[in-house]
This record gives sequence, structure tokens and C-alpha cells, in this order.
Amino acid sequence: MKNTGLAIARFLLPVLLIGSLSACGNIEPWVKPYERDRLADPIMALDGDPVSTSYLQHVYEAREGARGGEGAAGGGCGCN
Amino acid sequence: MLFRRGLCFLALLMAITAADASVLPEDRADVLYHLYTGGGVDIDGPSVLVRKQVGKSTSFVGNYYVDMVSSASIDVITTASPYNEERKQWSLGMDYLRGNTTVRAGYTSSVESDYDASTYNVSISQDMFGGLTTLTMSYALGDDVVGKSDDPTFERFLDKQNYGLGLTQILTKNLILALNFETGTDEGYLNNPYRSVRYFNAAEGRGYSYEGELYPNTRTSNAVGVRARYFLPYRAAIEGEYRFFTDTWDIQSHTASLTYVHPWRDFTFTGKFRYHDQTAAHFYSDLFPRAQATNFRGRDKELSPLTSYTFRLKAAYAFLNENQSWGFLKKGSVTASLDLLSVDYHDFSDLRAGALVGEEPLYTLDAAVIQVFFSFWY
Repeated sequence: MKNTGLAIARFLLPVLLIGSLSACGNIEPWVKPYERDRLADPIMALDGDPVSTSYLQHVYEAREGARGGEGAAGGGCGCN
Repeated sequence: MLFRRGLCFLALLMAITAADASVLPEDRADVLYHLYTGGGVDIDGPSVLVRKQVGKSTSFVGNYYVDMVSSASIDVITTASPYNEERKQWSLGMDYLRGNTTVRAGYTSSVESDYDASTYNVSISQDMFGGLTTLTMSYALGDDVVGKSDDPTFERFLDKQNYGLGLTQILTKNLILALNFETGTDEGYLNNPYRSVRYFNAAEGRGYSYEGELYPNTRTSNAVGVRARYFLPYRAAIEGEYRFFTDTWDIQSHTASLTYVHPWRDFTFTGKFRYHDQTAAHFYSDLFPRAQATNFRGRDKELSPLTSYTFRLKAAYAFLNENQSWGFLKKGSVTASLDLLSVDYHDFSDLRAGALVGEEPLYTLDAAVIQVFFSFWY
């Protein structure tokens, strides 16, 4: 019974991975580049003032016991 | 469609498909003055950041930052003497863009009279799905040397490592989302060599005595954060953010904030409210029952249970835009911001009042953080 389960898992895993890869290849951007004018507006920047953001994170890390998890992922949003 | 998108996220690390080219960060320079004042502590100084693209695929960034500290904090008043010191920090970094992949590397050095820190960091970002998704993986290595101003022979070491995974996702033409996960491991001397804990001692007139802190030599933390920013119908933006933090010292925290951004003519106004609540480290105590009562002990108020609130008001004025550029300068702005920080400590007594031991009032901190900075794009 256990061997049967393993065999099914061995078969299904590559199928699922290949399926997911092919899904990525066919994906269409659901927000087109010409629809990103609002996202490109400076008021939508996740980190518009990096020098100020890093300073304030330093203040909070000095006053609280927590750290990390607040940074923007970086690299922008591709809206320029 | 949704199912196929879900499968895609499962395979993000293996399958990277993109249509649009990524871009390097904009060339800009910032000159900032910062001031923190509150709780008997004044810290101010400049921060200068310059970023410049060289060639088509490389961008360099440099930052110089100074903290000038004048401290008569509650810790200092109750167990030591007021002091002045200076911390200087500089960093250099480079972004290299190839196709939809950006590789970053950087180095930061921080120097003060009794603490030196060096940090190396690398990260890689990949834009995918026509620029809708950016995935970032990062790693940082810190190498600190801890000293003690009244003991030139004192030298301890601390190694830090930090791993990060970030995802920025355009969800609709009005909504962008960022997810971040960070795990950090520290190994070495994590104490503050000056700070003390207090313990009950009936033989003392005031009812307690002091002894040095003793922290564990390791700490591992995990933080996960989510941010969403939404473009409102009348050209304004609103952002919500939440972070959950936990570590091996038993600190757990919840941090949430709400930001509103409103442009008006050449001005941009921002208002923000931030809330933070945390539990204590397992070795924290405001008053230990006796000397050397536990294997590890600390009375650092940042490791105590606390709740903090921050209100921010910020205004930026664009005095130069792309229609009226000065020579090589394309845009320029000046920004002023005020953050009012209030911290309620739930288990940290204010010993300045001289009340009976165990009956002291709890300490509260009110501080103001002021920033003024000029930004130029070129």
C-alpha cells in the first residue's frame, strides 16, 4: 500500500511541476503595460524616499524588540 | 485562470518567464537632516545618499550617515552618567541589470567609539509575467566588534546572518501588494556591556541592588510582512501594512500601520498611524527576586512588553519639475516630516520617582522624530 502511494507520488510530482511550468509560459499579464499609469504615479511608490525609510527603520529597531519584514521587495513594479 | 496563476506561484523559483525589460533605480541624490528627541536623548545628524547609473546596466549608490548622540536616558540616569558620542556609517552598493534580472551587492560600515559593525549584502531580483511580479532573494552577513569605553581590553564578537524573500505583485491597475519574509540569526555577544538588571535586596536602603545583564549567545528571529497600496479614484493613495515577528527569546509582536497620501498642486501630504505591540523576552524582568536568580537576565526596556504608537505628518514640495529643469537637474523637492512616538511600557518601572520598591510607576516614553531633506533627480 505504501509502495503504491509512493509510486503515485513519483508520477504525480513531475506532472504537477510540468503543468505549473506550462501554466507560467502561457500566462497573459492581466494588467497591460498601458494600464499601469496609476501604478507609475509617484504617490504609489512603495519606497519613494529610501534615505528616510532606512532612517526610520533604524529608529524603530532601536526602540522595539522586533526587526525585519518591512522592506519593499525591491526591483520596482515594472511600471516605468 | 486563477488556478493556473496559483500553479505559477508554486513554480516561481523554477520557471521564470517574462516579457518586459526591467529598469534600474532612478539617478537621484538626497541630503537629509534628522533629529530624534525624547526620553532625555537627543540624536541628530546628516544623511547623504547619491545614486548614479554608469553605462546601460550598472547603477552605483553611496550613503553617508551620522548619529550625534547626547544621552541622559532613564537607563543612564539610574545606573550611569550622561554621555555624548558619535556614530558614523557609510555604505556602497551596486545594481547590475541583465534582462529581467537585477543583482545587487553592497557593503556597510558603522563605527563608534565602542562598537564597530561591518555588513555585506547580496540580493537577486527577477521581474516576471510582463512586469507584474518581482521576486527577490537576499542575504546579509554582519560582523560586529563590541567594546567598552572604560575598559580598552574588552572586546567581544557578534556574527549576524539575515535571509530574505520578497514578492511584489501588481494585482489590479490600482492595487500593488508586497510580501516579505526575513529570518535572522545572531551568534556571539548580544549583551549591552553597560546595562544592569536590578534584584531585590532588603539589606539596601532602597530595597534593591544592581548586577550586570547576561543574555543568551544566540538569537534567531522570523518576520513576515504584507503591504498593500491602493490608488483611490481622485488621485490619492492609501496603504495598509502588517508584520508578525517571533524569535527564540520568546518575543512576539504585531505591527500594523495605515498611510494616506494626498497630492495637491506641487505638494504631497502624507499622514500615517503605526501601532506596535510586543511580548517580553523570556529572560526579562523588571525586578529579579535575588542575585543571579536565572541563567540569563536582562532589564532592557526594548525587550520588555510594550505598546507603541506613532503619528506621522509629512509634506513634500516639488520646486523643480521636468518642464523647468536646471541644467542637468530634472526634478527637485524638499520634504519635512514629523513623527510623534509614544511608548507604553507594561513592565518597566520608572525608578526616578524614588517610590517604594515594587510600587514604582511604569515608565512611558514620548519622542519626536523630525526629518528635513532635499531630493534631486538628474
